[in-house]
Amino acid sequence: MTEATPSCSQFQHHHAAHCESGVASALLTNAGMPISEAMAFGLSSALTFAHLPYPRVNGFPLTSYRLPPGMVIGRLCRRLGVRMRRERFRNADAGMRALDEYLDAGRPVGLQTSVYWLPYFPPDMRFHFNAHNLVVFGREGDDYLISDPVFEEVQHCPAADLRRARSVKGLFAPRNLIYYPRTIRKDPDWTRMIRASLRASCNMMLRTPVPLIGVRGIHRLARKLRKLPGRQDPRWARMYVAQIIRMQEEIGTGGGGFRFMYAAFLEEAAERLGGHEALLEAADSITRAGDGWRDFAAAGALLVQDRSGVDYPDLADRLEHCAELESEAFTLLDRSFR
Amino acid sequence: MKKSEVPQEENRTYGGLRKAVYARDESGRHSVVPSSGWRAEEAATEMAVALFREAAESARQACREGRASPMMVHMYARRMDPPTLAQATGLATWRVRRHLRPGPFRRLPRRLRKRYADALGLSQEQLDRLPDD
Repeated sequence: MTEATPSCSQFQHHHAAHCESGVASALLTNAGMPISEAMAFGLSSALTFAHLPYPRVNGFPLTSYRLPPGMVIGRLCRRLGVRMRRERFRNADAGMRALDEYLDAGRPVGLQTSVYWLPYFPPDMRFHFNAHNLVVFGREGDDYLISDPVFEEVQHCPAADLRRARSVKGLFAPRNLIYYPRTIRKDPDWTRMIRASLRASCNMMLRTPVPLIGVRGIHRLARKLRKLPGRQDPRWARMYVAQIIRMQEEIGTGGGGFRFMYAAFLEEAAERLGGHEALLEAADSITRAGDGWRDFAAAGALLVQDRSGVDYPDLADRLEHCAELESEAFTLLDRSFR
Repeated sequence: MKKSEVPQEENRTYGGLRKAVYARDESGRHSVVPSSGWRAEEAATEMAVALFREAAESARQACREGRASPMMVHMYARRMDPPTLAQATGLATWRVRRHLRPGPFRRLPRRLRKRYADALGLSQEQLDRLPDD
């Protein structure tokens, strides 16, 4: 275990597909342990599918395509053997003072924030989602310099807005969270970590004890979609589908974006392990599953807008197609890495 | 998805932002490609935005007719619903619903008014007035 060597002046902003894996990759790379976003995401075994009756989001079940907020970084660090320091503050001002102290010491830190109160977000994308992640790596006047992985460029944010975004209450309340890697590994055993993460992902997708998660969860949602039109009033049913698609598109980085990122991880893993046919084959299936999710979202959007040509059984078929491809990919990985 | 298939359909809700997407390049490997968005997401986001806008409009009407408090308009204008506002203030949902009625809203103690104003990012004076738009 080695002391982390963070540096604000050396900090490099990268455009990433997902906030949490993007922040993990940025912070660890800055601390002296280069790791790509896809590798960070894959090693945390964060890929999943879940359709849960609770907690409700806008009155509808929660659909998720990755682990709940916080767990991506948590599991990644456990697997890497990296120690992440996490501090929460009851008092918003204390949280801002701590942030300033870290910046003065030249240490970039990760923060959890609400999306709604960040002024640099486009107005139509500002919703009350409290588990956004970003890195602060400096100040310029009253503004903080923010490396938000979702954006291409470095953003500026006034102190008052950042304070509010960090101290909101509600579901996934950030409670002024600050985190940063304290120690890193100089010579991580990539082979062992990759194997462990693949096994964890296979268990998650193929062998969950509850039918709401993994491949079984996808099949279950497909069955539910088939039954929707008969049971509910049409407007409610359409909003139900709209909610699933929004969770996939806005919060889930778009069109099965996590599937494409996982495919990128599998390719990188194959390289690390010195070429591995099963990994590349699985990457192929996952990529096609990602295309399947894209297809599902496109069809779902048509249905929501009440255009003709798509009905609920159609949507369910598309979902089942995704389920089959994911089942294929993970069964293959399961056989190769048990 | 190949690099050439990455949607570039200028999603209106992005406001010029581009999101990172993983796509296959010529050699068949995945890498990050910026995408200006696509229709499906635009439709889903716009539907959500429109629902809040409609709710705010009908709340404004109800407020003019004395059936709702101005706070109801503020709530929807901030893209919140009663459960969200309840979580943001730490109050029970039924109390928030009650405070959305004109009578109970008028009788709100200072302390609660401040709590609502803070959660909605408004001053206490603004809470009584209807927002512009």
